[in-house]
Amino acid sequence: MPGEPTGAAPARAGSTARDRATEALRDVAREPGAAKPDPILVADGVVRRFGGLTAVNVNHVEIQRGAITALIGPNGAGKTTFFNLLTGFDRPDEGQWKFNGDAVQGVPPHKVARRGMVRTFQLTKALSRLSVIDNMRLGAVGQKGETFWRALIPSLWRKQEAEITERADALLERFKLDKKREDFAGSLSGGQRKLLEMARALMVEPHMVMLDEPMAGVNPALTQSLLGHVKNLREDGMTVLFVEHDMDMVRDISDWVIVMAQGQVIAEGTPDSVMADPRVIDAYLGAHHDGAPDPSAPIDNEPAAGPKATDGPAERE
Amino acid sequence: MINWDVIFSVSLESLVGATTIVYALAAIGLNVHFGYAGLLNFGQSAFLGVAAYGMAITVSTFDLPFWLGILVGLAATVVLALLLGIPTLRLRADYLAIVTIAAAEIVRLLFRSVSLSEWTGGSDGLQSFSQSFYDLNPYSGGISTTLISFSARELWIITVGWIVVALALFIVWLLMRSPWGRVIKAIREDEDAVRSLGKSVFAYKMQALILGGVLGSFGGYIFALSLAAIQPDTYGTEFTFYMYTIVILGGAARVLGPVVGSMIFWLLLTFINALLPALVSAGTIPTSIMTTNQAGAVGYILVGVGLILLLIFRPQGIFGDKKEVMLDAR
Ligand SMILES: Nc1ncnc2c1ncn2[C@@H]1O[C@H](COP(=O)(O)OP(=O)(O)OP(=O)(O)O)[C@@H](O)[C@H]1O
Ligand SMILES: [Mg+2]
Repeated sequence: MPGEPTGAAPARAGSTARDRATEALRDVAREPGAAKPDPILVADGVVRRFGGLTAVNVNHVEIQRGAITALIGPNGAGKTTFFNLLTGFDRPDEGQWKFNGDAVQGVPPHKVARRGMVRTFQLTKALSRLSVIDNMRLGAVGQKGETFWRALIPSLWRKQEAEITERADALLERFKLDKKREDFAGSLSGGQRKLLEMARALMVEPHMVMLDEPMAGVNPALTQSLLGHVKNLREDGMTVLFVEHDMDMVRDISDWVIVMAQGQVIAEGTPDSVMADPRVIDAYLGAHHDGAPDPSAPIDNEPAAGPKATDGPAERE
Repeated sequence: MINWDVIFSVSLESLVGATTIVYALAAIGLNVHFGYAGLLNFGQSAFLGVAAYGMAITVSTFDLPFWLGILVGLAATVVLALLLGIPTLRLRADYLAIVTIAAAEIVRLLFRSVSLSEWTGGSDGLQSFSQSFYDLNPYSGGISTTLISFSARELWIITVGWIVVALALFIVWLLMRSPWGRVIKAIREDEDAVRSLGKSVFAYKMQALILGGVLGSFGGYIFALSLAAIQPDTYGTEFTFYMYTIVILGGAARVLGPVVGSMIFWLLLTFINALLPALVSAGTIPTSIMTTNQAGAVGYILVGVGLILLLIFRPQGIFGDKKEVMLDAR
C-alpha cells in the first residue's frame, strides 16, 4: 500500500499533499545533506567508482516522505548511477542507506522493489512483445499464479487475475492508454512507453517511485498530462524522487531539489533557492563563466546521446 | 523406374514416426528456453543425452527396473540444469550460450570416454535396456496398408510418443497463459524491467531451464527406446542445431510450433532423401551432376536453402505473427 503521509508538519484538514510537503520542508536548511523532518530514505557515505572515476560520492542525503524531490545535475553527474545503487541494480564500493527504517544496501533489486521502492529507467524498458495490458498485469506483486505449480491450476489464480486486470484497466484509463490495451508495447510511441512504464511501476503499489528522466523525449503536449500524473502520486500519499533536466518542470512540480555534480550533492533547497545558488550555476556552466546567466533558463534539455551502459550493469542480482 | 509408392510411404511414415516425435519433444523443451524465456541453450542435446544415459545405465549396467531408470534420467536432467544455470543465469544471456555448448560436448565426450566405458559402454554405447518397455506393448501385430506400414514395436513407441507430446504441449499451453508464463516472456523482453517490478529473475530462469530440459528429456527416452540402443555420438551439437531449426521453422513461442516444425522438417528431409537417389538411379538426374552417394548431401543442401528462403519470406515461422517479429526492427 502507498505509504501514509505521516509528515511531521501538522496536516490541516482539507490541505493538499503539496501544502503539507511545503510546510514540512519550510524550515529545512538549504544545504547539502540537510536533515528532513520525516525522511523515507536516508543514505550515508555512498561511493561508487568505475576504475579511476568516482561516479557517486554522496556523504549524506535524506528524502522527505510524501514530497516530490527532484534530483538534478549536469550530464554525467552520477544521478542514474545513484538510482542504480539505491535500487540494488548496482553495488556500491562503500556506504549504506535505509528505506522506511530498514537497511537496504546489498538487497537484490527485486526485493528492493517488493519493499516499496520502485524505479523506472532513463532508457524506457517497455516489454515489447507483451501486450500493454500484460505489461501492466506483470507489475502486480504477490500473484499466486506466478508460482510454477499453482500456475498449472488456473482456478487458483483466476480471481486474483481479474482483480489485477481491473486495477490495471483503471490505471490505463488514467494514463490515457486504454485504447492501446491489446497492442504490443513495442508498437507504442516513445512518450506512450514512458507513460506505460510509469503506470506499470504503480501496479507494484510502491511507497516511493523513482523516475529517471520521465519526460525525456516526450512530446510537450503529453508533458502536461505526465506532470499531472506525477503530482497525483503525491496526493495519493507516495513519495516521488525524479531526475529531470527540464528546469521548468522541476520548478513546476517539485517540493525540494537536490543538485548533484561530479558524484557529490552540492546543493539542496526549494526550487527557487537552488536555482539562484551560485554553486549550482557554476556546476552547470563551469566555474569560470562570465557574467550571471539567467538561472531560470532551461539548462540542459538534451538527453544523453548514444546507448548507455549505466541502466543495466553487466552483473546482476 | 522411380518407385513413387516407396517414396510417398516413407515420407508419410516420417510424418508421425519416432524421429519426428523425438525432435518435437526436444524442440518443445527448447521452445520454452529460447522461444518463451529467451535463454540461449545450445546444449539441449546434452539434456536428452543425460536422460537417455541415466535410464540406460540404470537398467542395462545396474540391472535395476525400467521405471527407476526413468526417474534417474529425470534427476540427471535436473542436476544438469542446475549445474549449467547456477553459474550462468545471473550473467548476460550469451554466457549461457557459451557454457551450454561446451557442456554438451563435455557430456558427449564423457559418455564415449574409455575410462567410463565399464558403465557407459564407451563409443559403442548401451543396448538391452528397452525390454521392459516393449513387454508392455499391447499391440499384437503391426499395421500394413498400401500407404504406410509400422511394426508392432513401432506402433507402441509411436503411441507412447504422441501421448507424451500431447501432455508436454498441454503443460506448455497451461503455463504460458498463466501469470508464470507472463513473467517468463517478460524476462525474454527485458530482465531489468522484470527485476524492477519485484520478480526474482534468476529463480524464473532456473525454473524455465529445468522445465525445458525435463520436457526435452522425454525426447531422449523415446530416442533411446525407438532404437533400443544409445550411442554417444548421436548427442552432438548438430542434434541441437536441428532442434533450433525446428523451433524457428514452426514459429518460436508458439505452443504447436515445435511439433509442426518437426513434422515438416522430417517430411521434407525424408522425401528429398528418398527422391534424389531414386532420380539418379532412374537416370532422370545424370551422374555428371550427382551420384547416388552425393544425393544425401545434396538433400541437406536443398533443405538448407529451403529454410533460408523461409526465413527471408516468413521470418516468423509457420505459426508466428509477422508484426511481432518486426517489432524488434523498430
Ligand atoms: N557501467 C559504467 N562503467 C563505467 N563508467 C560508468 C558506468 N556507468 C556510469 N559511468 C560513468 O559515471 C558517470 C555518471 O554517470 P551517470 O549515468 O550516473 O550520469 P547521469 O547523472 O545519470 O547523467 P545523464 O544526465 O547524462 O543521464 C559518468 O561519467 C559515466 O560515464
Ligand atoms: Mg542518467
